[in-house]
Amino acid sequence: MKKKEKKPTEDSREERECRNVYMLPEKSEATYTPNDGRRDFLKQSGFLTAMAFAPAIAVKAAEQQWDEKLASSLEKVPLKLEINGRMKNLKVEPRVTLLDLLREQLDLTGTKKGCDYGQCGACTVHVNGERVLSCLSLAVMQDGKKITTIEGIAEGETLHPMQDAFIKHDGFQCGYCTPGQIMSAIACVREGHAGSRDEIREYMSGNICRCGAYPNIVDAIIEVKNGGGRV
Amino acid sequence: MIQFQYQRVNLEKAAVSARVKDKNSMFIAGGTNLLDLMKRGIVSPEKLIDISRIPGMAEITAVEGGIRIGALALNTKVAEDKLVLGRQPLLALAINAGASAQIRNMATVGGNMLQRTRCSYFYDKLLPCNKREPGSGCGALDGFNRMHAIFGFSEQCIAVHPSDMSVALTALEATVRVSGPNGSRTIPFGDFHRLPGTKPEVDTNLGNGELITYVELPDSSFNHVHYLKIRDRASYAFALVSVAVALHIENNTIKEARLAMGGVAHKPWRLKEAEASLAGKIASDSSFKQAAKIAMAGAKAFKHNEYKLRMAPNAIVQALKSASGI
Repeated sequence: MKKKEKKPTEDSREERECRNVYMLPEKSEATYTPNDGRRDFLKQSGFLTAMAFAPAIAVKAAEQQWDEKLASSLEKVPLKLEINGRMKNLKVEPRVTLLDLLREQLDLTGTKKGCDYGQCGACTVHVNGERVLSCLSLAVMQDGKKITTIEGIAEGETLHPMQDAFIKHDGFQCGYCTPGQIMSAIACVREGHAGSRDEIREYMSGNICRCGAYPNIVDAIIEVKNGGGRV
Repeated sequence: MIQFQYQRVNLEKAAVSARVKDKNSMFIAGGTNLLDLMKRGIVSPEKLIDISRIPGMAEITAVEGGIRIGALALNTKVAEDKLVLGRQPLLALAINAGASAQIRNMATVGGNMLQRTRCSYFYDKLLPCNKREPGSGCGALDGFNRMHAIFGFSEQCIAVHPSDMSVALTALEATVRVSGPNGSRTIPFGDFHRLPGTKPEVDTNLGNGELITYVELPDSSFNHVHYLKIRDRASYAFALVSVAVALHIENNTIKEARLAMGGVAHKPWRLKEAEASLAGKIASDSSFKQAAKIAMAGAKAFKHNEYKLRMAPNAIVQALKSASGI
């Protein structure tokens, strides 16, 4: 079968793969030089695939015999946290985020992973009473702190007033951002930033809702704020 | 995210020596930008030195001639602090214009200053970027450069600094205290960040192993301040253009003016000539327009950010009007 001639365009796959080579360490044998043939290209992309599947640190360790360093970085670190009122003695790798600890290790899947880069607010939890993004928090750095998640705000079967208000005002559609919205909304009222619709919009801007339930979320927050009860 | 070692330190000195000992280590405090960069593989430290619990480094105190703000003070705490609100309200305005409530609850003053550019070429590992991978080229130069610099750029890099807080600190002539292996030193805020030149991978003039310990704001007589930020959405977005204004006005005459811009250069962009043009003038539309014109001397746009050549002077005039109330 005749091989299809591929006209290189700016966004062709080859081009992108070649750009990938920029990221290789200088001493790597798979450095890219322009005008290499297809054979070299395949060699490089094979290397890249291997790189992609091996954990970066393992590749580095193999290169530089950093076994000792590798071992210590793989060690789990002991960690004591109070989560929703219960003390937990845990062990985590340093790279585990608070979000992943909650969801993967503790099965507290109410806290959502939206973007995982601090842009959407779906992972909002309270640490020592303040709202933070759990996706940008290392679990190990929270040692000794009190964490409250969406699972920890109801009193038994009685919903938190903010949960009630979200239901009453239809403050969600798909519901994915809702746990983060509610945790953020509770903090917004506690902080005293729920004085007007504009102020609420400003102080809730870190929580993105793809369904566009914003007006109803603002309604829910205003009701809770005006209710004047303990939030 | 690749694996790394984790070490918590409780002393400034221990932090510096740990950092010096391990060349591939980094300090972590709030982590709001560092973890983002680590997840994307843009920076890959082999060791994180957690400085967030060093005692005394988060305090905001009155000192002779000004306010001292510890490098670990959280952005929210600074923006709500009575001393700051009473004496340096411009700083609070700028901080509150940045990020979200959650991020301001996590981010520290030192970390805010050290955050990296949000240039999309820096963030996309498939594209060339001299800041991320020196020598690979600047993708933005002939690429999508709508968000990019109009001042102080080089052939190597046209990215902008993302911090709002730093724009106010530049206008207010803050100083940065750093502690390093050879002792402590003070850096004027205007000299803390650098222009890209031929080394865009270096954002600041911090030395090897140096740790920011505090920022000091000198007392001033500014009685009219404003921070104007123009962005793609009403909140929670980086600046297209921002302007920090501090004016000392008496009987409608400007005694002293300070102006700095964000979103236009690799560092917060101080407008000294424009400031000088305002001194002694009546606060008026014409003196503000004149200052804006002076401020724009030397500005140069790229294919997609030509709008900034109009937006920036308009923003300067608007910010001066809002500050002075005319």
